[in-house]
Amino acid sequence: MTSSAMPPAAPAPNPASSLEVPPTGPVTAPLATPAATQAAPGTPMIAIDNVSKWYGDFQVLTNCTTATRKGEVVVVCGPSGSGKSTLIKCVNALEPFQKGQITVDGTQVANRKTNLPKLRSRVGMVFQHFELFPHLTITDNLSLAQRKVLGRGKDEAVAKGLALLERVGLKAHAHKFPGQLSGGQQQRVAIARALAMNPIVMLFDEPTSALDPEMVGEVLDVMVELAREGMTMMVVTHEMGFARKVANRVIFMDKGEIVEDAHKEDFFGSPRSERAQQFLSRILSH
Amino acid sequence: MNYNWNWGIFFDLSPEGTGTYADMLLSGLMWTIVTALCAWVIAFAIGSVVGVLRTLPSRAAQAVGNAYVELFRNVPLLVQMFLWFFVLPEVLPESWGTWLKQLPNAPFYTAVVCLGFFTASRVAEQVRAGIQALPRGQRMAGTALGLTTAQTYRYVLLPNAYRIILPPMTSEFLNNLKNTSVALTIGLLELTARARSMQEFSFQVFEAFTAATILYILINLVVVTVSGMLERRFAVPGR
Ligand SMILES: Nc1ncnc2c1ncn2[C@@H]1O[C@H](COP(=O)(O)OP(=O)(O)OP(=O)(O)O)[C@@H](O)[C@H]1O
Ligand SMILES: [Mg+2]
Repeated sequence: MTSSAMPPAAPAPNPASSLEVPPTGPVTAPLATPAATQAAPGTPMIAIDNVSKWYGDFQVLTNCTTATRKGEVVVVCGPSGSGKSTLIKCVNALEPFQKGQITVDGTQVANRKTNLPKLRSRVGMVFQHFELFPHLTITDNLSLAQRKVLGRGKDEAVAKGLALLERVGLKAHAHKFPGQLSGGQQQRVAIARALAMNPIVMLFDEPTSALDPEMVGEVLDVMVELAREGMTMMVVTHEMGFARKVANRVIFMDKGEIVEDAHKEDFFGSPRSERAQQFLSRILSH
Repeated sequence: MNYNWNWGIFFDLSPEGTGTYADMLLSGLMWTIVTALCAWVIAFAIGSVVGVLRTLPSRAAQAVGNAYVELFRNVPLLVQMFLWFFVLPEVLPESWGTWLKQLPNAPFYTAVVCLGFFTASRVAEQVRAGIQALPRGQRMAGTALGLTTAQTYRYVLLPNAYRIILPPMTSEFLNNLKNTSVALTIGLLELTARARSMQEFSFQVFEAFTAATILYILINLVVVTVSGMLERRFAVPGR
């Protein structure tokens, strides 16, 4: 039960060269411009250490331990209700946990002294249902937190937002409202909104599962590009194509436990647990 | 029925010596509007705070918000009016009580405060419902970007909640407007009170209350029109 929870020794280095990125228009600045971090490449950026969480009597997470190194892409999968969302929400303290420890770039998430808004501003998060702010234009969606949290001036924030919007191919939509965009477009804006804060890591909670199938690709493309630029990412998804393409490791969760935490090749080659095998055969058969 | 209709009565001088009966009714209308607007400012401010309290994660904050709403929503407005006007000055330290009783326009201030606090409990309900109607992810998205709880409410939750609750808030405003008439019991010379004095002085009860009814309907129409303009002004494109 508790075995195989340790991450493998060394992550495969990401192909970080942006030359490999298929050009999506005029070559401009990279998507990711993470703020300075404490961690050197290869050291844990997100360390989840023996975390347990309960909702009342119901235990959602049981002794979860894993680490995501700088520049690493970790895909989290598992059946519905297995605690995937809960686990990544613990990383930026959207959910409290009762036992264990999580550190992000050396900062303890559950420490009372931690400035949570500051920590969260360095951890980008993308949600299943986009969660753009419907009453604000795309430009304002992109600049609100830059201004209120990072204290950037209006011009700087807008410029940063527009640059990212251009990178995700939506510059022409800057003046529109979220409700006027398709799901795929909204999700790309949501990714740009998170990137505008210069996050040092990005969390994704099923970013494509609310999308019509024909829009999944455009969102995954942006994520692949981000991964190739060396962004540290934890991605809850059932898109195994994405996992195959860019993940370093795959974590399989079931009933609140990390059942498997393996190198991509090992995971797809020969997942050790029966539950993971069943799960894989079910989602790959679609 | 042997009733002596006299629609010209409005142009007769009222025995108060301050103008015609029409002037008297219009002065009542003015007090109705001013009282309703002032009470609404209080109701909107307190109601928003109390409504927000009830949606905060803190149990203590929720309890305070709930206590406020239960208290002010469950005691009849007329009783509240009497409590503020007759009872409060007696239970306060004597010098304060005397000061209150000698306030010029005491019925007006009392009516504003009483209606404001009462309507706040109803506004709070709307604000709470509006916030809770938003997708849970909106709060999370604000928080995840690093916004503080206060900023998340200010820039994300409340602007959306107010948009949702504009129609029920319009009816709360109309209720508030009509409830000003309860203040005639503490001597506020608002529209209903003025219609009653007109009836007492002139015995033209039908004319007096027909006029009052029409005036109430007219302000309601104005309120509904303004509300419709606000709704269009703040409509979110694409929804
Ligand atoms: N606020 C809550 N109160 C009580 N139980 C909850 C709460 N949120 C989640 N749960 C329960 O915790 C468990 C894990 O939920 P979680 O959302 O993390 O699962 P998940 O793996 O993300 O599933 P899905 O694939 O459906 O998104 C589920 O059984 C869920 O019912
Ligand atoms: Mg989930």
